[in-house]
Amino acid sequence: MTSADSSTPGSTDSRNTERFSPLHQAHVDAGASFTDFAGWQMPVRYSSDLAEHHAVRAEAGLFDLSHMAEILVEGPDAASYLDSALAGKLSVIELWQAKYSLLLAEHGGIIDDLVVYRLGDTRFLIVANAGNRFAAFDALRARADGFAVSVVDQSDDYALIAVQGPNALAILIATEGVTDLGTDLHFMKYYRITDASFLGQPLLVARTGYTGEDGFELYLEAARARELWDALMSAGAENGLVPAGLASRDTLRLEAGMPLYGHELTLNTFPAQAGLGRVVNLGKEHDFVGRAAIEAGPKAGVSVLVGLIAAGKRAGRADYEIFRSLDAETSDGVITSGALSPTLGYPIAMAYVTPDLARLGTEVYVDVRGTRLPATVTSLPFYKRVK
Amino acid sequence: MTDTSQLHYTAEHEWVLVDGSIATVGITAYAAEKLGDVVFVELPEVGSTVAGGTVIGEIESTKSVGELFAPVNGTVTATNAAVVESPELVNSDPFGAGWLIKVEFDTLPTLLSPAEYSALIGE
Repeated sequence: MTSADSSTPGSTDSRNTERFSPLHQAHVDAGASFTDFAGWQMPVRYSSDLAEHHAVRAEAGLFDLSHMAEILVEGPDAASYLDSALAGKLSVIELWQAKYSLLLAEHGGIIDDLVVYRLGDTRFLIVANAGNRFAAFDALRARADGFAVSVVDQSDDYALIAVQGPNALAILIATEGVTDLGTDLHFMKYYRITDASFLGQPLLVARTGYTGEDGFELYLEAARARELWDALMSAGAENGLVPAGLASRDTLRLEAGMPLYGHELTLNTFPAQAGLGRVVNLGKEHDFVGRAAIEAGPKAGVSVLVGLIAAGKRAGRADYEIFRSLDAETSDGVITSGALSPTLGYPIAMAYVTPDLARLGTEVYVDVRGTRLPATVTSLPFYKRVK
Repeated sequence: MTDTSQLHYTAEHEWVLVDGSIATVGITAYAAEKLGDVVFVELPEVGSTVAGGTVIGEIESTKSVGELFAPVNGTVTATNAAVVESPELVNSDPFGAGWLIKVEFDTLPTLLSPAEYSALIGE
């Protein structure tokens, strides 16, 4: 028996570039299996990735995301700088609001997708993907020329813990040591952030996530991460909280139709291809990096991102090719992420296909290791929680 | 519970229980752990002829796909219907209820001893 991992970048072999989360010992203590993710040894699962997936859908899961990158932007020109550096209009977001955005290359491709939080009139926190930490920081710093702004990579100082699932609110409220919340969590909206304290030290509480469930992402200094992790686990004991690894995170975000950099998004992907045209604000008065290329548009006929569903249990996976018929000789697309959906029970995938196959309901074929299996183009997301 | 010290092993992380001319085949706990939760298995037809070292089935988890190799030349005499119905048996009892196939063979090739397999996986 041999196996080939197909859905997590960089996880097929353990490279020797090992970095450890400040929560590493907590994962070891909990019996985690580890995987390499962008040079970090991160928990892939604790016992069962299916059980962890179902726990997040039904109750709650706790994720260590300390490998992600935190970049602080501060200064009188912070807002106008971000409007120039990123695809969205960040100057208009309110204090304590969050916004999903894109860092584009001049040619219109995506350097990274990120979340921007406004922490003050002239102070923003950018959260970037672990694997893009240096590419994102280098681009952001280069774009600061001429602006009164400082751009600082604080990734090594921050730990990031996410509590996700329908019980996340109850768990966070019950967590001992979390005080001084700037917003009553009951009334905090999705894609908002607030300041708080944990054991007297600064804590940021964001109502954001990457699972398709309600939940919170908690930023704090790395030295306090273990205490917060343990306090959350204690508070969650009666709320079904389990530690959850990156394997479940990947199937959760796939069901929720959320793109993963390196799979759905790359330096060669135009936002519109990925269904992210809305994230690019061409109404901005000023120029921003990538604007000219976006306005010119991608070449006619470039592939577009679609959802695919299929019957049976055999899932199409990343890099499997799409064909328009059983006997077509050339492929018309490729899967970027795919799995047997734990929640839905049938195979789901995100794939890039030629535009004429992108219409909802189109029947295509996925080459599953030499066998062409039928699949149907469907809208994203595959799963949406009942609010 | 199978006595794993009585098993033979392969470098493809399979175990082989020999009883007369019948080899019962499954994947090891180490392999099941590496795969993660198994959600689908595809096994060869009963009566089919298999050649040692060739791919004769698949074991899929949520994260990845594993191939099942025939450890011996022979004829498939049984497949585990329970594991097709409940693939999680591969994780919960890899050396027991999670067995995959039985193969009737003439000659047993050289396989790994428990000690050799332990050394292979670094335990």
